[in-house]
Amino acid sequence: MEMESARKTFLTEAAELLEEMEGALLSLEGSVDNKELINVLFRSAHTIKGSAGLIGLDRVMHFTHKVENVLERLRQNELYVSDELIGIMLKCKDHIAALVQLSCNADEELPVDMLTEGELLHDRLAPYLETAINIAPANPAPEECSKAPCYPEPVQDTPPSTGASNWHLSLRFGKDVLRDGMDPLSFINYLSRYGDITCLTTLYNNLPDAEEMDPESCYLSFEVSFHSDFSKQEIEDVFEFVRESSVIRIIPPHSAVQTYVSLIDELKEDKWKLGDILVKSGAITQRELDEALKKQQIQPSDEKPYLGDILIKEGIVKREVVEAALDKQGKLRGKTSAEEGKTIRVDAVKLDSLINLVGELVIASGGIRQHAQTVKDGTLSKSSMLMSRLVNDIRDIAMKMRMVPIAATFNRFQRLVHDTSKDLGKNIELAIKGGETELDRTMIEKITDPLTHIVRNSVDHGIESPDVREAAGKPPKGTITLDAYHDSGSIIIAVTDDGRGLNAEKIWQKALRRGMVDPDKRPHDRELYNLIFEPGFSTNEEVTNLSGRGVGMDVVRRNIEMMRGFVQINTVEGKSTQILIHLPLTLSIIDGFMVGISGAFYIIPLDMVVKCFILNEETQRLAGDRGYFDFRGKIIPYINLSSVFNGNGGGRHSDNMVVVQYAGQSVAFAVDRLYGDVQVVIKSLGKMYKDLQGISGATILGDGTVAMILDVPGIIKTVQTSGKKE
Amino acid sequence: MMVNIDRNRSTHRLKVEGEMTIVNAIEMKNALLDGLKDCSEVEVDLSNVSDFDTAGLQLLLLLKLTAQKLKKGFRIVAQSESTMRAIKLFQMEEEL
Repeated sequence: MEMESARKTFLTEAAELLEEMEGALLSLEGSVDNKELINVLFRSAHTIKGSAGLIGLDRVMHFTHKVENVLERLRQNELYVSDELIGIMLKCKDHIAALVQLSCNADEELPVDMLTEGELLHDRLAPYLETAINIAPANPAPEECSKAPCYPEPVQDTPPSTGASNWHLSLRFGKDVLRDGMDPLSFINYLSRYGDITCLTTLYNNLPDAEEMDPESCYLSFEVSFHSDFSKQEIEDVFEFVRESSVIRIIPPHSAVQTYVSLIDELKEDKWKLGDILVKSGAITQRELDEALKKQQIQPSDEKPYLGDILIKEGIVKREVVEAALDKQGKLRGKTSAEEGKTIRVDAVKLDSLINLVGELVIASGGIRQHAQTVKDGTLSKSSMLMSRLVNDIRDIAMKMRMVPIAATFNRFQRLVHDTSKDLGKNIELAIKGGETELDRTMIEKITDPLTHIVRNSVDHGIESPDVREAAGKPPKGTITLDAYHDSGSIIIAVTDDGRGLNAEKIWQKALRRGMVDPDKRPHDRELYNLIFEPGFSTNEEVTNLSGRGVGMDVVRRNIEMMRGFVQINTVEGKSTQILIHLPLTLSIIDGFMVGISGAFYIIPLDMVVKCFILNEETQRLAGDRGYFDFRGKIIPYINLSSVFNGNGGGRHSDNMVVVQYAGQSVAFAVDRLYGDVQVVIKSLGKMYKDLQGISGATILGDGTVAMILDVPGIIKTVQTSGKKE
Repeated sequence: MMVNIDRNRSTHRLKVEGEMTIVNAIEMKNALLDGLKDCSEVEVDLSNVSDFDTAGLQLLLLLKLTAQKLKKGFRIVAQSESTMRAIKLFQMEEEL
């Protein structure tokens, strides 16, 4: 069970680290100052290796170890970054990801193709490892490497490794560690992977006489002198599993004091607690701080010692460092900090069930409100209003909790663009904007596939090859831009490329050949562009392995429409193509406007409602006959919903009008009654009704009645097509 | 039998078989201390030790310290790969 949860944590952690690795690898390409990037790479690989080793995923550990060795050589300037190496490293990263997945999910043997892939990669890595093997067999010792002649490390960057740079670790293992299945031996063994144990003293003076000695208790403690380039936190993490039961002291090397002082000086955070400053600079770890604070707490209040004094007395940190931190604290005191950027990890399933419950709560509170209105009880009405407001707030907060910035999704495309453009011999840069825009988590998952198709299309069809681009007077390097922003109740994701654009004539010819259009009526260019979303349509002459088979774009549109969104194309031939994906803000709960049609309830999404008013009989009859209607000087279609949903239309003329707008199109709906705004939880109608026209879902009202949610985009579309037929 | 005791007049040779870990620490302690009785010197043969951990090391130390207290001799005469590795890691080569 313990192991299960450790694996789960490892899975998420590894996924993040791998993403980091990929990001670093991609930015490494063509960058000049890459020291930091290589460090990021190395650290990611190293952490994956370490964690995998700790929870016994040997396959992951062994493979990552090889990768780490190559990275170590890069770090020591024994190797230089090349495109080829980056390519191999990217493949290795993929392989690690696959290994992690497989090892965590099942303990079975690896599939053969994985094994061969692993061996292949190993062979490709071998040339980069050769010299390392000559120097040191497995893990190149840091000391040897730092002595390498080509090591023009600037002094202020990291302190040079000298004898004075040894960490001192005091390990007092708890009595019960052996019983708990933890072996100090393995911790020390593991520690030796983080650096060189230059000296270790095993203290056994606590060992009692033979009769009293309990062979299952641990009596040993250790003093370790340790040479390592890792941070205090990283070293402390080695002992994570015995942290509770044991006393672990980590005293930084003398040379690190200077580093901490300068780090403290450079801190930009506006936190001003002494402990936080020290933790941030890496001089102490969070655990050490917590313990010192506890000690401070138990002292009587009139003689409470200062935190800094406790830390110095315990030998955790040098006086100089505390002084530097105090100095910094003084400078920061003036500013107060409002935000605490603290996050916690929550299981997505829990969040989903919270949202579901909030949905039920919305329905229930709607019921109370409706009831309060019927019984006309003033106090009840008042408190039900208050409750509705609070439920509204809870709903908003709950929905926001599911919002995730889209940056991570966007960044994933760096790799796609990098790989595919290379395959096609193109030079393409992916620019990312609006990464901080937040989307519902479920939507992020669903948008990835469609986005992949669109970006692939841009790489394949949109951007021309460098020589074609130069001939057209464009820079040889193409740019694809991913952007996301909010726009009046919806989110827009824009994929723009500065490629060849869409050719309306070509699309027209193709559509003619396929018999998709009426040859006598050539529609407007804008509508022609939309044809690329039709199934089986592709303008590309040759089919490449990326796209061009005509599958994809129709799937894109279908997926997006399933999310109640739609796609729009703007293009300038020879210059650019922009694909805009409009998405609703949320998927499950919306503000709706309730109307009555022939005795039944219908909901119109509130953000689409522009205006509602009563029409006099004369105008209405006219509008009904003509099928259109003058609204603010614009001619808009007029639809009597009672005749749409109720065959015979009923004897009574509806005199209430609701004007809705969607994607720049307005339509006037005639309805029987207006009820006002309600919060609705969208429930899907199930498979039976999936082909129902004009209805996108249903909701349950407070009193248990079912109300239908109008599919405004669908209705508008039907109107447009029926208009054309006539 | 985890510890074979070869009684040769005043010297006992204790040959440990199999693992020497937390798993069998209690029995191992008794067996080792038993071997210390009625002799003036013990020789410990670790060449057949398969697994060796901190609990094992503690017992070796205990045996040595107890022997010293009783003014008896203590010597490790043979090691296995696993004991060698652990003792080296603990940097206890000089002590044992």
